[in-house]
Amino acid sequence: MDITFKDVSYIYQPNTPFEHRALSNLSFHIRSGSFVAVIGHTGSGKSTLLQHLNGLLRPTAGEVDIGSYKISAEGKTKDIKSLREKAGVVFQYPEHQLFEETVEKDIGFGPLNFHVEQEEIKRRTQEAIEAVNLPEELLQRSPFDLSGGQMRRVAIAGVLAMEPEVLVLDEPTAGLDPRGQREIMDMFSALHKEKKLTTVLVTHSMEDALRYADHIIILKDGRKHMEGPPLEVLVRKEELEQVQLDVPEVIQFLSGVEEKLGYSISYHNQDIAQLAKELVAMVKGGR
Amino acid sequence: MSHFIEFRNVSFRYREDQPWVLVNVSFTVQADEWLAIIGHNGSGKSTIAKLMNGLLLPQQGEIFVDGIAVNEESIWDIRKRVGMVFQNPDNQFVGTTVRDDVAFGMENHGLPRQLMLKRVQSSLAAVGMSDYQAHEPHRLSGGQKQRIAIASVLAVAPQLIILDEATAMLDPKGRLEIMETIRQVQETQDLSLITITHDLKEVIKADRVLVMNQGRTWLEGTPREVFAAKDALRDIGLDTPFVTKLAAELTAAGLTIQREPLNHQELLEELWTLHSKM
Amino acid sequence: MSSSMIIGQYVPGNSVIHRLDPRTKIAIIFFFVLIVFFANSVMSYGLLTLFAAGSAISTKIPANYLIKGLLPVWFLIVFTFLLHLFVTKEGEVFFSFLSFEFYTGGLIQGLAISLRFFLLILVTSLLTLTTTPIEITDAIESMLGPLKKIRFPVHELALMMSISLRFIPTLMQETEKISKAQASRGVDFRTGPVKERIKAVVPLLVPLFVSAFKRAEELAMAMEARGYQGGEGRTKLRELHTGRLDIYAYFLFVLVIIGLFITRS
Repeated sequence: MDITFKDVSYIYQPNTPFEHRALSNLSFHIRSGSFVAVIGHTGSGKSTLLQHLNGLLRPTAGEVDIGSYKISAEGKTKDIKSLREKAGVVFQYPEHQLFEETVEKDIGFGPLNFHVEQEEIKRRTQEAIEAVNLPEELLQRSPFDLSGGQMRRVAIAGVLAMEPEVLVLDEPTAGLDPRGQREIMDMFSALHKEKKLTTVLVTHSMEDALRYADHIIILKDGRKHMEGPPLEVLVRKEELEQVQLDVPEVIQFLSGVEEKLGYSISYHNQDIAQLAKELVAMVKGGR
Repeated sequence: MSHFIEFRNVSFRYREDQPWVLVNVSFTVQADEWLAIIGHNGSGKSTIAKLMNGLLLPQQGEIFVDGIAVNEESIWDIRKRVGMVFQNPDNQFVGTTVRDDVAFGMENHGLPRQLMLKRVQSSLAAVGMSDYQAHEPHRLSGGQKQRIAIASVLAVAPQLIILDEATAMLDPKGRLEIMETIRQVQETQDLSLITITHDLKEVIKADRVLVMNQGRTWLEGTPREVFAAKDALRDIGLDTPFVTKLAAELTAAGLTIQREPLNHQELLEELWTLHSKM
Repeated sequence: MSSSMIIGQYVPGNSVIHRLDPRTKIAIIFFFVLIVFFANSVMSYGLLTLFAAGSAISTKIPANYLIKGLLPVWFLIVFTFLLHLFVTKEGEVFFSFLSFEFYTGGLIQGLAISLRFFLLILVTSLLTLTTTPIEITDAIESMLGPLKKIRFPVHELALMMSISLRFIPTLMQETEKISKAQASRGVDFRTGPVKERIKAVVPLLVPLFVSAFKRAEELAMAMEARGYQGGEGRTKLRELHTGRLDIYAYFLFVLVIIGLFITRS
């Protein structure tokens, strides 16, 4: 589904001493099927933005279009529920939302709320637990008996079981160890391709943004600071520094190479082994 | 110079019917040293931290802190010497305001009020939070709360501070704040420091690294020595810095890297030398 | 609505009333609540109203804030007045309307009782308006101090109160987060039949409890690591201090009490 923000502003507690403008005239367009990374510091408005994507918040001004759904200040709430089925949100530390007696029931909770039939729920539960790489035996266990990493996967499976077309991820790897982080991100990346999802990833990690996203939006104080393809956006050092973000490490290194050795090697998502080969060729003077 | 902390063949499990979390662990920490402990989740590294100030007591082996054996009788004494900062910024903030929280540890140890007043000031100054005395915790960011947690520990004037994944729940800005705070504290006070972390930027700055795997000490050495074992580290689920990985691939592609690089600068120097020889 | 309700809210300030020892404030309010019931003449009511109004003015909290904040309570006060006016049939009829007859006795009693009610609410809300919850906790701990002799866990009680105060905002934030997460999974907290809405609370409450327990466990660990071992041998940073200002306050209040008994009829 295409996602469009048209001049969206959001104000918390308007007309009180606590009034706070979280988004200001934000406009952008996300093409159906793309993988977008939204980057910005705490307070930049990214969590407010994310809550517009399934109608948890309505813009104070402007309009959000998600597929055929339109969310604006005046709009009616009637079809919000079906929007929530189509746009699944994985919140930060999603394991905090687990509550059922068994893993199976918890994964099936979303679909049940959207009146999916029992047989279908069963099928989706099976598929979701496989998708997050957990053994089927866990289905009958209590979610509270699992390790932290397993709980995270169960919570993610609960969102996948809704079979959303848009997947919104709010720092899905926070608090995991490096191996867990990589596994979870690779899993989302595979799902994105396989299910032809539109994925919106809110992250702090420039490395993840570079590796997985095909479009980047950087926020600053509720406004759009930068937008574009990763290889165009993530190389603009000065502009990134204005929002206290770093250029991804590999790009930093390559600009170091250019400065020190005078050779420029362009980054085009090559892996470290390939990069090493190019460097060796350069050092040996083969070019 | 004697060891500040010594683990002698320590084994630990939470319950008798459960597997051992630590198996026959021995190591030492020197005064004024910065030791980083790494290992994937479940490798036993947090258990080590809790054993160091008597929050847990081992079933086998002995632990000495500043020459004192850790046991039921000595734990209150030990806790004055060893301060801890935990992972979740919210779940260790006891006071209703910053000032009250910094005082909490001192109150427990029965310090006189005049001294407390002084130390609240000095420890808040040490973490750069002097302007926040009357702030309530829910008005602070995660990084600020963790700085207060560090100030609270400093106020008791311990000889060792353990940061048990203290930056894991923070955003990059918060992490930077904490790293900067730690660096300053280390520079200005005589302290040993133990950081338990996944963050490689923290590990590189430590004097020494202890790698835990399946409840055992798996490798010990300087960051350079430890990261040289990159393949083995990867096999036990640990990440290595970008330069380390790149250096390994460069070696595989036929270059001879003289010294294991720890940062961009070092690797660029190596490349420069190789390049000029060609 | 909830933001305009001021009972229980603290307004930061540095007025005379703010600076009083919370114990002084609690003691005076306690006795004020008692003596309000002794007033029975215009003069005695006038005296108490003067005292309460004087206190309210010296907090330097804007009057319209006070009046607006007590709005929900005005309804109760007016209701009390009307109740007495309609029900009491003493004295002379001073006004009649359709089949209703209003008696002077009812008017006077209605005025007296609703004034009493108003004074009680005004004075007690002055306490919470000018005293932080933690100061109140400290004052309670100190005033209950003598109960330690009979092994009443005064310190533990106070610590419990202060930790609860500390965690209320945290748990509120958490409630909001979890309800958003569940709403995203299709839970409807707002519409639908009552039975469904009650059921919708389970996915909210279970995670809240689980997290509260986890927090409690971690907090206990952190407190222990910081050397907490009960009230024994503990010193305190926050100190309550009875000063000259408090003595003046007590003196003034004693004058009010004496005045009250002189002006009673």
